[in-house]
This record gives sequence, C-alpha cells and structure tokens, in this order.
Amino acid sequence: MAKNNKNVSVDAADKPVKHGWIWTLGLTVLALFFIFPIFEVVINSFKETSAIGGTDTFILPTKETFSGLVNYVQGIADTNFWSAFGNTVLITVLSVLAIIICTSMCGWYIARVDSKGTKLIYFLYAFSMVIPFQMVMYTLAYVAQNLNLTSPIGLVPVYLGFGAGLATFMFVGFAKSIPLEIEEAAMIDGCGACGIFFRIVLPIMKPTYITVAILEAMWIWNDYLLPYLVLDSDYKTVPIAIQFLQTSHGQVEWGPMMAIIILAIIPIIIFYAICQKYIIGGVVAGAVKG
Amino acid sequence: MKRTVRRAFPLFVLPTLIAFFIGFIVPFIWGAYLSFNKFTVINNTTFVGLQNYAKIFTENDFVHSLWYTALFAIISVLTINIFGFLIALALTKNFRGTKAFRTIFFMPNLIGGIVLGTIWKMIFNGILAHWSTTIVSDAKYGFWGLVILMNWQQIGYVMIIYIAGIMGVPHELIESAEIDGAGSWQCLKSVIIPILRPTITICTFLTLTNGFKLFDQNLALTAGKPGKASEMLALNIYNTFYGRVGWQGVGQAKAVLFTILVAVIAFAQLHFTRSGEEQM
Repeated sequence: MAKNNKNVSVDAADKPVKHGWIWTLGLTVLALFFIFPIFEVVINSFKETSAIGGTDTFILPTKETFSGLVNYVQGIADTNFWSAFGNTVLITVLSVLAIIICTSMCGWYIARVDSKGTKLIYFLYAFSMVIPFQMVMYTLAYVAQNLNLTSPIGLVPVYLGFGAGLATFMFVGFAKSIPLEIEEAAMIDGCGACGIFFRIVLPIMKPTYITVAILEAMWIWNDYLLPYLVLDSDYKTVPIAIQFLQTSHGQVEWGPMMAIIILAIIPIIIFYAICQKYIIGGVVAGAVKG
Repeated sequence: MKRTVRRAFPLFVLPTLIAFFIGFIVPFIWGAYLSFNKFTVINNTTFVGLQNYAKIFTENDFVHSLWYTALFAIISVLTINIFGFLIALALTKNFRGTKAFRTIFFMPNLIGGIVLGTIWKMIFNGILAHWSTTIVSDAKYGFWGLVILMNWQQIGYVMIIYIAGIMGVPHELIESAEIDGAGSWQCLKSVIIPILRPTITICTFLTLTNGFKLFDQNLALTAGKPGKASEMLALNIYNTFYGRVGWQGVGQAKAVLFTILVAVIAFAQLHFTRSGEEQM
C-alpha cells in the first residue's frame, strides 16, 4: 500500500472501504442537493412565468404551464442575449490572451533582472492583489472613460492592468525555479532576450500559462461590476444582461430569466467537461501560490 | 546575460506596466486622495480633510453592514471549511463514484455570483412562500440565504484544495500510527490535521477574504433589502457612491477603511502562513 504515494490517484491508493455502497449512497444524496438548484432552473425555464414563484416554483411543468421555448425566445430578445454573449466571449478571450502574454514576459524579466526598479514593481504587483475593487472602482471608471476604453476591446488593457498582480506574481514564482544554465547556453549560441524567452522559457512555463489562463478566464467571464461601470451602456455582458433582467421590469420575469441562466451556464459546463483536469489543477495551484 | 535581458525592458515590462498604471496605480492614488475631498463631479473637488471619515459614522448603516459582514464571514468560513474538509476526507477513501462526486461538488464554483444569486432567490422565495413571505422581508432570511448560497458555491472549492492536501500526507505516517494502535479519529486528530495545517490556513483565509469582499451574490440575492438591512460592506460602499449625490467622497472614505480591513486580513494570513512554515 505504501509503495508509491507520489503518483497514486485516490481511487487506486487504498484498499476499498468496507460497505462502500453506504458511502456511495450517502454522497449521492448530498450530490442531489448540489444538483437540485440547477435542476429547478432547467424545469422552470420551460414553464410560464405565472407558474414560477410562490409555492408553484417546485412543481414540474404540466400541460397547462409548459411553455416550450417561449421563455428562451423572449429572454434572448429582451436582453439582446447573443450580443451580450459575443461581448463576453470577446472580452474574456482577448483579455486572457493579453494577460498571459504580457505578464509572463514581465514576470520572467522581473525574475531575471535583479534591480531596485524590478523589486519595486514586484512589490506593487503583490500589493495590488490585496486591494478590493471598491477602492479603485470610481476613479478607474473615470480614467477608462477619459482614455476611451469603454468598448469591449477597450476593456482589455483595463483587465490587463487590474489583473496584472496575480498573474505576474505567479509567473515570477515559476520563472525563478527555471535553472539559469539553459538560458545562458542559449545566449552563448546567440539568442537575444526574445529568442530565449519564446524558444526556451515559454515552452517550459506551459503549466503556469494554463493555470493563469484558467484563473483569469473564470474571473473575467463572471465579472459583473467592472464591465458594468466601465463599459459604455450600449454594451452588455452576460452577467450585466442577467442583472438587467432582474431590475428592468420592476417585477422579475422568471421564465425568461431561467432560460437566460441556462444559456449562460451551458458554455461553462462544456468548458468544465473539456478541461476539468486543468481547471481543478489551476484552482489548487492558484490557491496555494496566490 | 543580465545585460541582454535588461535591454528588453520596453518590450517585456512596459506593456504590463502601462496597463497597471491605468488599471490600478492611478485609480488607487487618486481614490485615496479623493477620500479627503467633497465632490459630486470628479474634477471639481474641495479638500475637506477628515470630514468624510467623520461623516461615515454619523449614520449607522456602515457599522451595521460591518457587523453583518463580519458575522456572515465567520459563520460561512466555519461551515464551508468544516463541510469541505469532511467531504474531502470522504472522497479520499476508495469507493465507487468519488471522481463523479468531486466533479459535481466543484461545479457551482464556476458559476458567477450574479447567476448564483438569481438562482437562489428563486429557490428561497419558493420555499419561503409556504409561510407567505420572501427572502427580502427579513434580514435574517437574507443572511442565512447568503450563508447557504456561499456554502453551495465554495464547499467544492475548498474540498478540492483539501483533497490535494490529504493526498500529500505520506502513507507511512498513517500506517505507523495505525500500527501504534491509533484509531481513525486519533489518526485524523494527531496525524492528518497537524500535517494539513498550512492547507487549513490557506482555505480559511481564502474563504474569509471572499466573505468580506462579497458583492455580486449580495446584489443579486437581496440587493440589501429590506431597506439596507442585508447590505454587506462592498454593496454599502457601492450604494454610497452611486446612490447618493454629494456622498461620493464618503463612499471613497468607506472604501479606504474597507481596503485597510482587507489588507489587515491579508497580512494576518501572510503571518500565519510564514509561522506555519517555520514549524514544519
């Protein structure tokens, strides 16, 4: 049993527990509690709004209350959903790309050049990780407006700036662990800084790229307040569209709301299904290092 | 080597640094300065010294939200970590379905705060309708609603970190404890928990900071209702900024106090993590 505890997966590590089925049963009950809210959203997305809310919320759709795809059609029209979805994808993809490219270069530089300047920059990045968004939100919105950064593309440098702390911090940590000899050898062979970085350092840092990309993507995809304050009011993201649907009509239109939530969750679940291993690994690495 | 790299400063460091000034340094310094000013428009300010800070405490909404947030943070930190740890212990045993369970428990963590708040608002209103009331009719409902919501979202998150920690506990240690006649409770108390202390510190502080900074879930679930009774710190600051003309300076002063509070927690974490490492 104790032969190699380094690369065992839990399922193979121990001998099976006694009465394994009791454990499985108990956790299945718990898992049902976890799935229950999502299940409710799914069934209610197919019900008329009048049959949601109050004690009717948990009743399955009947012949009278089943509304087919009406909620989806209405929700998409009310929130201009596809435009919000497109904005969210655009903002997330471009910001994450900008963050991993720029901060990895910056992080490697800080790890290799030991000067007062880099120490100060590193300190400021670490400091920024602690500061809550409320501290800067008012002035940040104003700065962004004055620099014309209120479009989805404009949000990219804003995210790069506000997200620089954690990302750079993680890249510095990893770059410091790369042995210098490889890079020195490359330089003797005539590589410049760019050559060393893109040909040698970048491939070695691949795991950190994945970790940072996942952490930043989860943050930016779900972020509400920053885009709400910075973006021009013509643009919405998915969280903004959902919050808009809560408050715009005075009373919540629960049917379309549930439909929109389903549409918002599906991409997350697909993403989770495809890169579960990386997401979980990234979250652990981010928690332990951040 | 250093010289070659140093020359690459404009390409390697400048893009991030410029964005960092736009996205953080300038707003931060300016925000700190504005907390000593009275203004409704950002470029027409009057210096008023500490008046904004004094004004915070002329009304009791900020102090109320401070206690409300602190109580929420403490209770949710305890419940999330206890449940997360117990589930992690269970899922590191060998029985059918552990992988699927891990996948399910972690999933809510990927869903954003606004969506989570909205989902749970529907669920809680559906349950409370049996007593003909709603989540926004009493701050207690909003409080426990938020505790349940955060448990649902973050149990899976800390569970994943605890699982990674538990799997790192050397088998030899547990085996030798068992040979010495330790029962499973003793094994947990005297072997596993002491080794996991750094992990426990990390998870406690992660959930604590998340609790104090909570905004989206609070906004979507109750929006602070009834009145301001379920308003947490971040939402209170937001409403002071954007809900009251002439109170922007006070909002910024509240944000400064909030920042100091969060920073103190972060330094406490650093201290605990470091002293934990020395003991290892």
